[in-house]
Amino acid sequence: MGLLDQRFENSNVIITSLDHLLNWARLSSMWGMQFGLACCAIEMMATGASHYDTDRFGIFFRGTPRQSDVMIVAGTVTLKMASRIKTLYDQMSEPRYVLSMGSCANCGGPYWEHGYHVLKGVDRVIPVDVYVPGCPPRPEALIEGLMKLQEKIRRESLAKKKPA
Amino acid sequence: MLTEFGRVLIFLIVGVVFVAGGLIAAWLLRPHRPYPSKLTTYECGETPIGDTRVRFNIRFYVIALIFLIFDVEVVFLFPWATVYKNLGWFAFVEMLVFLAILFVGYAYVWRNGDLDWDKPQPKIPRYEKGVGVREPYLTEEEVVI
Repeated sequence: MGLLDQRFENSNVIITSLDHLLNWARLSSMWGMQFGLACCAIEMMATGASHYDTDRFGIFFRGTPRQSDVMIVAGTVTLKMASRIKTLYDQMSEPRYVLSMGSCANCGGPYWEHGYHVLKGVDRVIPVDVYVPGCPPRPEALIEGLMKLQEKIRRESLAKKKPA
Repeated sequence: MLTEFGRVLIFLIVGVVFVAGGLIAAWLLRPHRPYPSKLTTYECGETPIGDTRVRFNIRFYVIALIFLIFDVEVVFLFPWATVYKNLGWFAFVEMLVFLAILFVGYAYVWRNGDLDWDKPQPKIPRYEKGVGVREPYLTEEEVVI
């Protein structure tokens, strides 16, 4: 069935109210995929721990892709890991979002020129919603990235996009 | 008037409707985009090998049983040790009897070889030569386990 997959022609008051409810629910409980690849993962753990406390945004980490909404790609994506990341992304259920954290995941970072084993940006295998720059980004930067993602989810709509 | 069982019935109906309603609503609303890669077994991104149903060695059963018995023994020992001074000789003798019974079981398990993790050494039955009896492919000495 999948009524939420449909795109409506007219955005009337029912659609917009439903949009508001759905987006509020989704952005208030962005459960993350619990996996880290490199040093960025340490900052991600610090962000999830009590000092920076992402629980106040409704963000906490789940051990399986079936239950997660946001994949935080934290760290260097090696070529070996890239296929695994693709599989993990495939196994997440919709709606799903990806946050690329740190220079390595964004574009290859310090491995850009000579990293024969590093993927030059995770967006070559999966679609990325938010990029957080830094090497590694501080927890504040990651939180800002997550809030950017919340803003993005807040603008989603069940209505069809109007041609610009 | 509602009887007491009538109320139970109402609770049953409400329970069934609540659960079924939730499942049906989720089925109607949720995005449904299955594809093979999504439906595979989750194995941390690795390509899964075999089924999710894995058989355990039956010998774990004995180990689990032994563990359970001695685990419960310790559970009994802790409160006994805490109030030991107030209970006197009777409790001491009682606990000795309890430990003795379990010790017999421990000795039996040890004697039986259930605590050994060696390879099992099955006894190969001897075959008699004769009509209608199949000869073994290997003699007992030739069997390498």
